[in-house]
Amino acid sequence: MAELIKHFFNQISSPVMMFTLGTGLLFLFLSFPGQLTAPKVAGPLGILVVAFFIFGLTDEHFKMIITTPDNVPIVMMLFIMLYFTWYAMRKATVNDMRMAEGKGPLEKEESEQKVLVFPYLIFIEFVVALFYSIMLVVWSLALKAPLEDPANPSISPNPSKAPWYFLGLQELLVYFDPWIAGVLLPTLIIIGLCAIPYLDRSPKGSGYYSYQQRRVWISGFLFCFWMLWIVLIVLGTFLRGPNWNFFGPFEVWNVHKVVPLLNVNLSEFVFIKWLGWGLPSQWYLRELPGILLVLAYLLIPPAMAAKTFCKKAFQEMGAVRYAVAAFLLLMVIAVPIKMYLRWAFNLKYLVAIPEFFFNI
Amino acid sequence: MNEPIAPKPDPSPTPKPSADAPKPAAPAATAEPALKRPAPEISVPGRRQFLSWFTIAWLTFVAATAGALSFVLRFMFPNVLFEPKSTFKVGYPDDYEVGVVDLRWKGKYGVWVVRTVEGIYALLAVCTHLGCTPNWLESEQKFKCPCHGSGFYKSGINFEGPAPRPLERLKIGLADDGQIVIDKSKSFHQEKGELSNSEAFLKL
Ligand code: FES
Repeated sequence: MAELIKHFFNQISSPVMMFTLGTGLLFLFLSFPGQLTAPKVAGPLGILVVAFFIFGLTDEHFKMIITTPDNVPIVMMLFIMLYFTWYAMRKATVNDMRMAEGKGPLEKEESEQKVLVFPYLIFIEFVVALFYSIMLVVWSLALKAPLEDPANPSISPNPSKAPWYFLGLQELLVYFDPWIAGVLLPTLIIIGLCAIPYLDRSPKGSGYYSYQQRRVWISGFLFCFWMLWIVLIVLGTFLRGPNWNFFGPFEVWNVHKVVPLLNVNLSEFVFIKWLGWGLPSQWYLRELPGILLVLAYLLIPPAMAAKTFCKKAFQEMGAVRYAVAAFLLLMVIAVPIKMYLRWAFNLKYLVAIPEFFFNI
Repeated sequence: MNEPIAPKPDPSPTPKPSADAPKPAAPAATAEPALKRPAPEISVPGRRQFLSWFTIAWLTFVAATAGALSFVLRFMFPNVLFEPKSTFKVGYPDDYEVGVVDLRWKGKYGVWVVRTVEGIYALLAVCTHLGCTPNWLESEQKFKCPCHGSGFYKSGINFEGPAPRPLERLKIGLADDGQIVIDKSKSFHQEKGELSNSEAFLKL
């Protein structure tokens, strides 16, 4: 029985399954926030997650991975993220129900009462500070910082892992060239986050929680944060083993695991498999299909959306803001698309011009 | 909603515009106007004077900072550089078995030496993705990088994972004493078609 459960979890945590299931769950959560955040439902679900970890502790390998000092914060992060996603969504749905009944949001009522800063707030802050100091002391005593051998350029630890907060980016490095995963995407993340208040200028939902009034933005943000950051960190930490191979949570890290992979570029698909012509020798001919595809991806969907279901958004935002928002959104979606293409077809690059180091 | 906080008491009444600033001095100045007049100009620098002091102060500050930073820059060019020699000998061709990737020089020089039936070539043990050191997996006959999982064939050609180009080959030749010499300062890129170069491969 236990073996069966472990096998099941090994299966569903392969990158494809995990990403698909995770997106599905998130979609479910965003479709029925009211029902799913109700304590009657969310409570048992939370207990289930805890139960999974307790069950996992009975497995030697799983235990070793989640109790490694480096990985403890990630386990904590997982629970904290679950809790806060639930907490914010709960508050938002409660407010949504109140507003549907014609009452104002809860925050309005609360802000009409007044409490003195001293002693009430200060006291709470003091207790929290105490608690954190104790926790840090205990942590530093109980979990030893891992010390390794002196650095040696001719030996890279296997697997070599970045600090945990970068593991999401390290995971992206598997699918994208360094300049994309290491420079372009992080820059776009920062620019995108800075741009949100300029793209979305609706005053709704400021100062109070609400989901219904900001569905699109909240869903988009949760997708990016959960699927493209948290899930990737978890994947990189717990599920990537020696040689950066993928291992299920209950699978022992075998250095000799063989995963047959053979990368294929889009140009090879087109010219060799489908057309049977052989690769053209000039790079611009060879990469033409890829370049056209990328351009089409970036230009056609926003243009079509602006004419059809995004017509209102287009008129409200104006061309520039609409274009920026569409570009950021397309880049966000492009990340999982490329990952799926790699998983499904071993596709390496859509456009590959090693002649001057331009590969996407 | 929050009630606005009770209005603060007015801040101390602002002094009137200083159009007639010298006025207070005027009554006292009746006796010796020539002496008293210049006094405020000296003790309280005018705007122009103040600005020029300000400029000088800033310029000094910038100059000092730049000077300090130039020392930092100096550190970028150390007097002595401990770099292993780029040219080294790795023994005689007969020391190498055909079809085997030789790991002896990986630790010291960071190169793999591979002997094939036709000859010998040297691969630089640096992943072309982000520069980790791959491992040779004998059982799978491939180089595998532990950082993001790039894989390379024995020939150095990349076939899996994110590495965008093959492993680089190094200049290789024979010394007068019959030993193999490898020069790390010159490398050959397969994707640029440089492998046909006679220095990239030691024919035997
Ligand atoms: S550095 Fe070798 S795969 Fe990234």
